[in-house]
Amino acid sequence: MTLRFDKLGVVIAAIVAYAAFLAPFATFRANRIVPGQARPILEALPPTLGMLLLAIVIAGGIVALLKTPLTLRLAASVIALTALAILVGTAGGFLTPAGNTFARVAPASGFWLLIFAFTLLLADVLTRLNLSPSARVGALVVAVLAIAALLISGSWDSLSILKEYASRADSFWAEGSKHITLALGSLAAAVMVGLPLGILCHRVEPLRAGVLNVLNIIQTVPSIALFGLLIAPLGWVAVHVPGAAAIGIRGIGTAPAFVALFLYSLLPVVANTVVGLAGVPRAANDAARGMGMTDRQRLFDVEFPLAFPVILTGIRIVLVQNIGLATIAALIGGGGFGVFVFQGVGQTAMDLVLLGALPTVALAFTAAIILDAVIEMTASKRRVETA
Amino acid sequence: MKAWLPALLRLAVLVLLVVFITSPNWFEPLLKPLTENGAPAIYNQGSLLTLTLQHLRIVLIATVAATIVAVALAILVTRPAGAEFLPLSRSLVNIGQTFPPVAVLALAVPAVGFGEKPTLIALFLYGLLPIFENALTALTTLPGNVMEAARGAGMTGWQRLMKVELPLSAPVILGGIRLSVVISLATATIGSTVAAKTLGEVIIAGLISSNLAFVLQGGLIVAALAVLIYDGLSAIERFAARRMGQGAE
Repeated sequence: MTLRFDKLGVVIAAIVAYAAFLAPFATFRANRIVPGQARPILEALPPTLGMLLLAIVIAGGIVALLKTPLTLRLAASVIALTALAILVGTAGGFLTPAGNTFARVAPASGFWLLIFAFTLLLADVLTRLNLSPSARVGALVVAVLAIAALLISGSWDSLSILKEYASRADSFWAEGSKHITLALGSLAAAVMVGLPLGILCHRVEPLRAGVLNVLNIIQTVPSIALFGLLIAPLGWVAVHVPGAAAIGIRGIGTAPAFVALFLYSLLPVVANTVVGLAGVPRAANDAARGMGMTDRQRLFDVEFPLAFPVILTGIRIVLVQNIGLATIAALIGGGGFGVFVFQGVGQTAMDLVLLGALPTVALAFTAAIILDAVIEMTASKRRVETA
Repeated sequence: MKAWLPALLRLAVLVLLVVFITSPNWFEPLLKPLTENGAPAIYNQGSLLTLTLQHLRIVLIATVAATIVAVALAILVTRPAGAEFLPLSRSLVNIGQTFPPVAVLALAVPAVGFGEKPTLIALFLYGLLPIFENALTALTTLPGNVMEAARGAGMTGWQRLMKVELPLSAPVILGGIRLSVVISLATATIGSTVAAKTLGEVIIAGLISSNLAFVLQGGLIVAALAVLIYDGLSAIERFAARRMGQGAE
């Protein structure tokens, strides 16, 4: 029997070998800002568990390296990721001296590289399995539930990022809900304005180029600059328009962040509405007209359903982009997870940066998967209906 | 007839930008009303010209590096030898784009320390995605008959790549570079929160000392730079597309 190597597997196995034997698995620090000491797997865990983890990741690396069936690769990546997730918490408890509340244990480069390598393997398997949209959402739900279970069970409580969370749990949820409100609220506003504007641009051709050009220029302006440029006019409105300040319009804070995200969101929504409506087959429109449909009926019963997947793609772009951009709102006092990122940068406390960055990435990732699945479902439904 | 108007407008913005950056003190009376308690109206902790040049330098270095790596990777995964990586690389680009630039920037700090380096790394990594995505789209959607003709003419794989595939993909790849530059200009602005010397410094200094004049001048310079560069790159792209169109005739 000849052994055949998987090309991607060679890359993964190389990363696994480096991460398992040469890179540190965890760092131990006497308090939250001093430089840490690196600990490899065997020193970061009790001996039996350390050996077990090594055996699991090496076996996973070998499964990745050789040409193996997809189900085996799937099992190897899931088992390795689960073992890593559980045991990193164990390492936290093992390395922290009993009763010491200042010591911090954080996952180190070896851990992150192992996670990266096996996520790569998992992503490759999932891509090759070509899962249906609902199966992808199902996999996402399983992953979210598993992470939630680990968080609730307290097995990660001895890790530094959760210690940062513990000391600011209230503000974490407050900033989190602000972050989501900013991202979703500006999206909702952009859809309410952008859809009619897109329909108008589709119907009235002279408007089209002008509106899209202006939106394009806005999109080009970097976010901090746009936040900054909005501070002056909104500050003026707050002072001079009666009642504006009472509903929270201010130069600094949530208002400029909301307006900026709204403006950024308009281009993808309007542009995709125009593209989607332009892509409606002429035959469909002619048939609708022939059936005696009014313009309004044609819009809601024919054009809009047919253009829907394209418009939804615009909404997906906006949502993922807004979740990321909302982190910058923290710079102008707009709140959101960015607060922790910039506090962490200011205090050189990387655990605090992670506390802001990880939820943001998780939110954006979840939004992307769910919307991709919805887009695919509506698009395939459309194909079935028109076939 | 109206075609000269946008061009004139761009020229005016460019001239204004250059004048403002080189001799900002001329504009002091305009910005003075925005300050309070006799705060300075023009940024005084460094020259605007130096900051602008440094800002552009970071973006340029990162974009050149990202272009080379992204195009090389796209070529690699579209050759038969790298075909195994094609589906995965598509998913990785999708996943990568869900990472906010700020997070990439902040997480690069522990690895390389404060200053210009984390900004360069974030710009490079984030700049890769649009270029790679566009290069991949261009290289995988080349017209089949043209490729067939190139093969029929007895071109080797290398000749096909250099003389047919890359020239035909150039406009779309340039589009990716344009997106990447715009994102980089924005990310470089945030780079000043990790102590990189960029124009973001002016805006952040203004936010910290609540000096509206700083915020406004920093914002306007960055915005004007981004719009002008975006415009310029779009023009190059149209030029390349036209040349390709004529070349095919």
